[in-house]
Amino acid sequence: MTRPHDDTDGVELLTFRLGAETFCLDIMSVRELRGWTRPTPLPHAPAYLAGVINLRGTILPVIDLAARLGMAPVAAEPRHVIVVVEAAGQSAGLIVEAVSDIHTVPRAALEPPPALSAEGGEACIAALALVEDRLIRIVDLAALLPTVAAHAA
Amino acid sequence: MTHAPDPLADLRSGFFVECAELLERLQDALTELEAAAEDAAATDPEVVNTAFRAVHSIKGGAGAFGLTALVGFAHRVETVLDALRDGAIRPRAEDVALLIRSADHLADLVSAGAAGTGAPDPAAGIEAGLAALVPGPRPEAAPAGTDAAHDNRPWQVAFRPQAALFASGNEPLFLLQALADLGATDIRCDFAALPRLAALDPEDSYLGWRLTLPATRRGAEIGEIFDFVEDVCDLTMERLAPARPTTTPGTERPAAVAETPSIRVDLDRVDRLMNLVGELAINQSILTQSLSEGGLDAHSALAARLETLTGLTRDIQDSVMTMRAQPVKPLFQRMGRVLRETAAALGKPARLKLEGEATEVDRTVIERLADPLMHMIRNALDHGLEPAEERRRAGKPAEGTITLTAAHRAGRLVVELGDDGRGLDRARIRAAAEQRGLIARDAPLGEAETDLLLFRPGFSTAGGVTDISGRGVGMDVVKTAITRLGGRIAIRSEPGRGTTFSLSLPLTLAVMDGMVVRAAGQMFVVPVAAILETAKLAALDRRSFGAEAALVRLRGAFAPLCDVAAALGMRTAGQTGAEAIAILTVAEDGSRTALVVDAILDQRQIVVKPLRGGFGRLPGISAATILGDGRIALILDPGELARLPGPGTGPKQEVA
Repeated sequence: MTRPHDDTDGVELLTFRLGAETFCLDIMSVRELRGWTRPTPLPHAPAYLAGVINLRGTILPVIDLAARLGMAPVAAEPRHVIVVVEAAGQSAGLIVEAVSDIHTVPRAALEPPPALSAEGGEACIAALALVEDRLIRIVDLAALLPTVAAHAA
Repeated sequence: MTHAPDPLADLRSGFFVECAELLERLQDALTELEAAAEDAAATDPEVVNTAFRAVHSIKGGAGAFGLTALVGFAHRVETVLDALRDGAIRPRAEDVALLIRSADHLADLVSAGAAGTGAPDPAAGIEAGLAALVPGPRPEAAPAGTDAAHDNRPWQVAFRPQAALFASGNEPLFLLQALADLGATDIRCDFAALPRLAALDPEDSYLGWRLTLPATRRGAEIGEIFDFVEDVCDLTMERLAPARPTTTPGTERPAAVAETPSIRVDLDRVDRLMNLVGELAINQSILTQSLSEGGLDAHSALAARLETLTGLTRDIQDSVMTMRAQPVKPLFQRMGRVLRETAAALGKPARLKLEGEATEVDRTVIERLADPLMHMIRNALDHGLEPAEERRRAGKPAEGTITLTAAHRAGRLVVELGDDGRGLDRARIRAAAEQRGLIARDAPLGEAETDLLLFRPGFSTAGGVTDISGRGVGMDVVKTAITRLGGRIAIRSEPGRGTTFSLSLPLTLAVMDGMVVRAAGQMFVVPVAAILETAKLAALDRRSFGAEAALVRLRGAFAPLCDVAAALGMRTAGQTGAEAIAILTVAEDGSRTALVVDAILDQRQIVVKPLRGGFGRLPGISAATILGDGRIALILDPGELARLPGPGTGPKQEVA
């Protein structure tokens, strides 16, 4: 919040690819980007919980975001990236295929997702944003992370 | 860390930390007084002073935070200690006992204050008992003019604030007003120390006051006004005519005690350091591993440097561990209270003898030792000690003695709890176990095996359920808690002489010895403490049991086989290779399981990392660790693993 924005009320979004789709995250919740580390799988955990990795001595759960959003799980590949995020005091890594860009979008340009789909993954979308004439979805971390606990408990 | 610190909250939590120390000091002093009272020896005035100062400081802080109930009660205790100090009363053993109970209540009030809950009422008789101890009219009941008929000399008070008084936000005007309320007359300001303007430091204090108070006031009454400023002002109080000078309560400075200087550090910071050091150790071993994989000559200078680095890392790790270590003394003192309350409830007089309270152990261990110890003390009183009458007949002192000792032995903490009671009645234990169906009627059992029946779930010899114990949740709960801590428990008992429970515990829970194994291509760690034996699976006597389950004969008994990979859902049962290894483990409840893994890779000390933040609890997994190559390995919980409903795990069966 120290850097003045061109827009008085803008949101910076980190966009990334997942399959053929583009999603984004509010950059304020992104802690760091990490190169691929093979997560240690956890037994009896939900399918989208890819496992845990060692983040400087702490143990970080890693979520296969594609699986979590109801898409086909991404096959593990060394060029994938783990986006370390934090929301509500909880940290997690999200597997994405590639990080693309950072966009600043006026907050007013964000639209709530249509309440049409009954698919589970859609509940993890916080808002839609129009960036360079493309509609991209903002991942709702608050909805994403606590369910990890609820499922694995 | 995200919230701005509330300075008052900081002060408050500081006060409660300090209270814990003060209560400990009070407890120590009272224990000494108790010993002196029993031997009818003269009380050491310094001991009474220590107790007085502790209560007085608690009262002072409590006043600042508006804990009125605490202030009120502390004041009552303080009054008694004051009288003791003046030699007005000579403490008898029961008086000291009352003071000890008062100290317990004081501790309750402090914890209620810390938790922000309502102040509990003192146990019946404490307040009345305290009041009865104070000779003459109690301060509250003493209106001015009734108690000082024998001394009609007016008080002369000289009061000179130091700069620190102002710096700590006190206002002399309020003090003077309070003195005026007591009837102070002839208040004079003393300008003598005032320097010339050029030399005046505006932040220093130069003024003092002299005033006269009516002879009818008592010294304590006047002294009370200065309770919160006594260490930041110069104060003299005396009767005007030649009289013995009276000091205000608590103004004596404690005799210098040779203590190692110490600082108070937030636990978070120590834990952070601990994490960093753990990380350092991991990185260091990664470095060593990759250099040796890269073909580093073991005799090269670099290898020697690396060796030094390894040693340094280990030393740092050890130092951090000692920083987290705490003496067991506060824990033991809490047990003193459990003993007093239980003894009172049972009507069995008993005393607690402590030895080795200064023994240090990691705080994680201390925290988790409290509950089991409490159970054990209650059990010792209820079952171990005979009633006073029976003790007298046996030629023992009516008062039972429970001894609690701590010592370091072979890198472990050994805590022993002994009583001088009747000893274990093995015939009765056996009968109770048979009656409850825990053992067969004709099972041959040695003494040690009989004693171990105490730890079986559901075991109880008590005829009726008492409030204290006898619900059959005693010793097996203790054993489970101790085993969870990575500890062992043993019993020694001699009929008529008493029973001693001996606990052997690791010095820390943050580090443990682990066996690194591989199952279905993944690394796991089995706690070495749980391992009895390892063997090649192919060489063992196996019996199939049901469709998929199997038993294996190890150490003369059959144990169910548990394929780790299958139990964790990583592969289907029955895919173990020819080289598979069976690891015989013993769980907390004594049940044995043979874990089947593909290979044993290493045995080493590992840093235990809790799995928190979003996993909930993973069945069969207790925690995780980071291996030498930086990868994470899960630590297995053998007992739970065996209970997992999965392919390859046999039905839970008692085979021991």
